[in-house]
Amino acid sequence: MTEKIKIDFEKTLKNSAFSEKDIEFKMKYLNKFIESGLPNRKLENWKFSDLSQIIQKNIGELSFYNDYSIQNKVDTSIFVDGLEHNKIIFINGRVEKIDFSYEDHNKVKIDDHFEFRAESDNNNSLLSLNNAFTNKCFRITIKKDYSLKKPLVIYHTTNNKIKSKNINLKLEFELEQNSSLRIIDLLKDESVNNFINIFYNFNLKENAILKNYKIDKILNKNIRYLFNNIEQQSNSVSETFILSSGSNFSKNEVNCNLNGEYSSAFVNGIFSLDNEQQHEIRTIINHLVENTKSYQLIKSVLGKNAKSAYQGKIFVDSKAQKTDGYQLSKAILLDETSEFNAKPELEIYADDVKCSHGSASGSLDENTIFYLMSRGLNYKQSKELLINGFLLDVIEKITDPEIKNLVKNMIGFKE
Amino acid sequence: MDTREKNIEQLKDYKYGFSTEIENIRAPKGLNEDVIKFISNIKKEPKWMLDFRLNAFERFKKLKEPDWQKPKYPKINYQDLYYYSAPKSVSDKPKNLDELDPKLLETYKKLGIPLQEQARLNGIAVDAVFDSVSVATTFKDELTKHGIIFCSMSEAIQKYPDLVKKYLGTVIPTTDHFFATLNSAVFTDGSFVYIPEGIKCPMELSTYFRINASETGQFERTLIIADKGSYVSYLEGCTAPMRDENQLHAANVELIALDDAEIKYSTVQNWYPGDENGKGGIYNFVTKRGLCKGKNSKISWTQVETGSAITWKYPSCILKGDNSIGEFYSIAITNNHQKADTGTKMIHLGKNTKSKIISKGISAGFSDMTYRGLVDINSKAKNSSNYTQCDSLLMGNKCGAHTVPYIKNKNYDSNIAHEATTSKISEEQLHYCQQRGLNPEEAVGLIVNGFCKEVLQQLPMEFAVEAQKLVGISLEGSVG
Repeated sequence: MTEKIKIDFEKTLKNSAFSEKDIEFKMKYLNKFIESGLPNRKLENWKFSDLSQIIQKNIGELSFYNDYSIQNKVDTSIFVDGLEHNKIIFINGRVEKIDFSYEDHNKVKIDDHFEFRAESDNNNSLLSLNNAFTNKCFRITIKKDYSLKKPLVIYHTTNNKIKSKNINLKLEFELEQNSSLRIIDLLKDESVNNFINIFYNFNLKENAILKNYKIDKILNKNIRYLFNNIEQQSNSVSETFILSSGSNFSKNEVNCNLNGEYSSAFVNGIFSLDNEQQHEIRTIINHLVENTKSYQLIKSVLGKNAKSAYQGKIFVDSKAQKTDGYQLSKAILLDETSEFNAKPELEIYADDVKCSHGSASGSLDENTIFYLMSRGLNYKQSKELLINGFLLDVIEKITDPEIKNLVKNMIGFKE
Repeated sequence: MDTREKNIEQLKDYKYGFSTEIENIRAPKGLNEDVIKFISNIKKEPKWMLDFRLNAFERFKKLKEPDWQKPKYPKINYQDLYYYSAPKSVSDKPKNLDELDPKLLETYKKLGIPLQEQARLNGIAVDAVFDSVSVATTFKDELTKHGIIFCSMSEAIQKYPDLVKKYLGTVIPTTDHFFATLNSAVFTDGSFVYIPEGIKCPMELSTYFRINASETGQFERTLIIADKGSYVSYLEGCTAPMRDENQLHAANVELIALDDAEIKYSTVQNWYPGDENGKGGIYNFVTKRGLCKGKNSKISWTQVETGSAITWKYPSCILKGDNSIGEFYSIAITNNHQKADTGTKMIHLGKNTKSKIISKGISAGFSDMTYRGLVDINSKAKNSSNYTQCDSLLMGNKCGAHTVPYIKNKNYDSNIAHEATTSKISEEQLHYCQQRGLNPEEAVGLIVNGFCKEVLQQLPMEFAVEAQKLVGISLEGSVG
């Protein structure tokens, strides 16, 4: 792979107009990635899903070069019906359109070229890969005291022109004081066997509100990794909802640093998987100061040969007294071949805290099915009713009524 | 000073911290084939046993020391340890207790372990292990009447080679992890228990481990076999002198329960924890594993971990037989600079297997505590269930409490439930107790004992008393 990636990297540089500084930055991360390679089972974070192996098995050799000079045609039929919204459209990793026509243009600033910021930690080799190969990174700043009137829908689409490619995307969001932003990520793929690596960085200033809904609903044969890094100042709120259902393999990571007092983070997720799908959600919530709060709810429904994993970590610094942290993961296994893995982790260094986690997994309760059947439903209906009720619980956690209905319609829970 | 205060004054220091001046026989320093041959030779072991050790040593040379655990420790120089140390007076094992070195008897008296049978404590048979060898086993006659074998490992290798050969290394193979393999190569002594078919062991069996010599590692090996339909309750206690160096204790314990058998294994671990600045103390890196081999068998682990500078162990159950049951009850207390990374593994292989995990962690001072557990339900383990509860209590904001459970469910018929909480003693509870006349320390003691009650209840009577006291002493001075 090393030779291939170096050649592709040269090719990418030749066909883009990066500044010398950018090139230096990219080189550094390329070398970092080559050193560590794709993550595998030996790393604790990838214990439940060995990406290196999965790519090997499903894609074989990856190609890292993408020609971003050719414009793709935007297919307007993919747009969400019945919801006025701002748009960012990615096609095969290229930004085709950014449209904030519903908003005050003085209040939303879009930078397409700024100095790349070095990600502080990080031994995450996929972030290195992302840094080395992202073509263009946009930074969207929501100005002080401004709330976006309409939600922003980010369309992640691919067409059948690409195969066995690695696509890297990166977006940065700055939410200034008292601003608010709602984002819906819609994943729509017509391509097969690509590895898509998406990285978002959010910076929430005092009193900012971020709501991010990630919808991966449509069946596709791609492998996906999504990483959200969220920095929060005091009184800010972040809400992340993940519907993990469409891709062949998907791993969502949410890393949230609660840097300011009274900030809070909510992460809710649904796995609805079948037929050899393997998905994972990993969250790290770092409570770094006093009086912060986090809440996580993850539910899985697993069919034949489906495998889901949830790794959730709550970290409480010794300064972070009065932390309230909660984590719950539940799974229903529908088939002999389904598998659920969990690692709900607490790492706590302060004593005046309330932290708890729970995890439960099992099959549908036969007694409950019997109860429903004795009231006239057939077996299939009873099962569906129970599963829907189980999942609806998570959807009800969505705080935005407009988007809640949208998600319900998408999944098929009509009001 | 009232009596209570006096008691506390007495208990404040680690009361088992004395060392005994006793003449020792030691193997040459270092770890190599010659030392292994020396150990095997001095114990007059048959060839198969030596081969077992050398095999393990070959394997050991290829293994890398694990480093994924939470408590980190300075690198251990395995060549700088004595792997065998024994009181000279027992190199020819005494026929009866009268021949024992009086100094040894004195030591055990100080520890509160009566080796004289007339001074027996509610009929507990004791096997005392001093450094590398077993020095005395009590109540042999009584046990022999029932056909129960309870003796030191060395004796068992001589007298019951067939049993040892059949079972040794079947639960913890020589190819296991770093410390287990090291133990297989250099283990010195330990207890051997065999309960014949259909026998309910009439008394508690107990082993008392004591590390005395300096610069030694203790590597004991315990093997307990409960044949069909039998029952045994086994207790284990440990102490060590106060020394500035860190001493390594890497034991292997194997339990095997055949059809309908039950083994109850209780540990009160009170190795020297180091001083309040974290100097010295025992590294307790122990491998304990039980195999529920037969149908309807049951293995239950109960542990009270208050000692050691670093505790790193996961008593596990492999639930192979259908309808077998595994239980794990644990209290782990860390104070000052102690560190613990402990928990359990429940591996469900058979149908209708059940497991239950109750873990209570208390950390105070500058200590760090981790519960790490695995519940793995295999695809063949139909209709199995697991319940896990792990609660942590923090005292002060210089200490840490962590929970790292791994949950793997590959069977749709099975249920797993896991709960964990972390909290501190609430002001209201304290206020309530103090209002009724308890001082703050008593109030904390009461609340902590209540917090641990579910686990303390599982201990045999005699141990429960000791354990309850230990819980109190370990947290001494951490309130405020």
